[in-house]
Amino acid sequence: MALITFDTAHKPRQAYANMALLLAVMLAFPFVAAQFGNSWVRILDMALLYIMLALGLNIVVGFAGLLDLGYIAFFAVGAYLTGLLASPQFAALLESLINYHPEVSDTVVRLFGEEVRTNGIHLSVWAIVPLAGLTAALFGALLGAPTLKLRGDYLAIVTLGFGEIIRIFMNNLNDPINFTNGPQGINLIDPIRIFGVSLAGEAGSRATVFVGGFGMPSVNAYYFLFLALCIVTIFMTGRLQHSRLGRAWVAIREDEIAAKAMGINTRNVKLLAFSMGASFGGVAGAMFAAFQGFVSPESFSLTESISVLAMVVLGGIGHIPGVVLGGVLLAALPEVLRHVVEPAQQALFGKVLIEAEVLRQLLYGLAMVLIMLNRPAGLWPSPVKEDRPVAATDMEEKEEGAPA
Amino acid sequence: METFVQQILNGLVLGSMYALVALGYTMVYGVLNLINFAHGDVLMIGAMVGLSILKLLDSTFPGLPDGVQLAIAIVGAIPVAMLVNVLIERVAYRRLRNAPRLAPLITAIGVSILLQTFAMMIWGRSPLPFPQLLSSEPILVGGAVISQTQVLLLVLAALAMLALVFLVEKTRMGRAMRAVAENPRVAGLMGVDSNRVIVATFAIGAALAAVAGVMWGANYASIQFAMGTVPGMKAFSAAVLGGIGNIYGAMIGGIVLGIIESLGAGYIGDLTGGFLGSHYQDIFAFVVLILVLTVRPSGIMGERVADRA
Repeated sequence: MALITFDTAHKPRQAYANMALLLAVMLAFPFVAAQFGNSWVRILDMALLYIMLALGLNIVVGFAGLLDLGYIAFFAVGAYLTGLLASPQFAALLESLINYHPEVSDTVVRLFGEEVRTNGIHLSVWAIVPLAGLTAALFGALLGAPTLKLRGDYLAIVTLGFGEIIRIFMNNLNDPINFTNGPQGINLIDPIRIFGVSLAGEAGSRATVFVGGFGMPSVNAYYFLFLALCIVTIFMTGRLQHSRLGRAWVAIREDEIAAKAMGINTRNVKLLAFSMGASFGGVAGAMFAAFQGFVSPESFSLTESISVLAMVVLGGIGHIPGVVLGGVLLAALPEVLRHVVEPAQQALFGKVLIEAEVLRQLLYGLAMVLIMLNRPAGLWPSPVKEDRPVAATDMEEKEEGAPA
Repeated sequence: METFVQQILNGLVLGSMYALVALGYTMVYGVLNLINFAHGDVLMIGAMVGLSILKLLDSTFPGLPDGVQLAIAIVGAIPVAMLVNVLIERVAYRRLRNAPRLAPLITAIGVSILLQTFAMMIWGRSPLPFPQLLSSEPILVGGAVISQTQVLLLVLAALAMLALVFLVEKTRMGRAMRAVAENPRVAGLMGVDSNRVIVATFAIGAALAAVAGVMWGANYASIQFAMGTVPGMKAFSAAVLGGIGNIYGAMIGGIVLGIIESLGAGYIGDLTGGFLGSHYQDIFAFVVLILVLTVRPSGIMGERVADRA
């Protein structure tokens, strides 16, 4: 990986040239890929969302060393918030509320006008993104608060339990008061509108988005939005990593007691790690809901949490370019498998022996085990001079032979 | 009152299954300070193998009495689960014994996914019906009912726990296990082969999980490749509740958690004025886990602290 460097501190020219080149490729990609059908761009859209998630989780796991197995819960919080505030679902909520707490629903109606009762609330994306980020951050702090004393495996299992609790609520909060519409999920979520242009395309335009006089498929429009959000996320997490706060996270990751002794307020810093990581998850969730137009509890299972963790681990814990690489590899992998491996099996054996879905699981599991056994810092670890998780330095000490 | 007795009975049944699985977590934690995340999936493997044995028996010896079939299924599932768990230790954990804590943890999650995937490949992904072997005639206990399968489950769990207590307290291997749990280095100096002890720990834990797995299938009549995750987490919660690393703690924690859960499921509707219903049963374990870890991390019986990373 030495050829591609994003090390602006030491090789600024090469790094900026690489970034510019990569950006050009990314911008051109959908126009090339669209020649082969929209499904490939769609895959990339989802991959970008997963990269955002992985970058958010990287703050918690990579920088602060807090293993969070319930991360998908924040994705869910963002997605469900959007589902509630940008679809007719809110009307259903009011309808179920009216028998229990009529005064609450009356207040809401007085605030938003009478059509809330039939239409629900339809917030714009500019309101939803910050709301989703904030709400997810709040949930992050809620999860963080009781777990502050815990580290390692205890923390992992508590966060896992937290993720399950959220999922149980998503599944059951449809009765007696209908927040989430239960296992059916929330449908008819508004597409994103930017300056009045719907990214899903106007009705009758066959999902073509017109900007000025120029038309492009809806998936491409979402692609550019998600790409922009990803770049913002990369920029923000990159700046966070090298800020005072980022240093404090690394200090806690490496030795919490020492960090405390040096005057770091470990409680606040850990809470910040949880809520900042969560906020990225929340925004990604809001985008996911608007992109799909539909959310249901199925998209937020434990497997998804583990997938995101696998991306972080595979790419390189704590190293932003590595995490992006891991996200690209693991998010695109299932689709590639579906398009390549199943037809290949069909051709070779006349039937599909191993389904793509099963193969995907297999590769996820193998990746996690093999990476941890052989390359604990990931496929693309941080350069040695940067802060690496202990997993990496540990191996080097062994190789170099620590002086006695 | 009848609901109360019924929920206590349900809780005992559920709790004794949790206890069997929790023992595996707690024993491994005792000697290695590691949470074997894949332990819940060992329970699943036990259940799946048990089901396969039952199917095999059904086709080869159709006339066999049902109780005997169940016994053979349990006895047959045990060595397979033991082998799987020992293999996991050998392949995934042994090399990482001195690595930083995050590494074995992530490997364990990977192993858990792998086990589920293999199960998916062998037994398919849809839920499989588990045959009801014992008579479904319920037994009445003071107005509450308990099935014969559940009675058997309670008896088996009690026997397994007694055997384990005997093994840990009275045999050489048990003494070696306690020594390694206390201090692996000193135990090694005293001539204890810690690798053998660790392998034995994994094997015993797997055997208990296999018993729990087959009985889980018999009790709920349906099993699936992902069935191990939630019981695994709850059993872990039970181990923490009892005081992780302590085998008596795991037993007590399992039973207590089972009872909390079924009482909670029975009464949550009344408590929250109908806002939350019995389908929230699964959250109790996690709430208990978080409460225990924040209020008394050493659990009911333990002295260890939760603050190890």
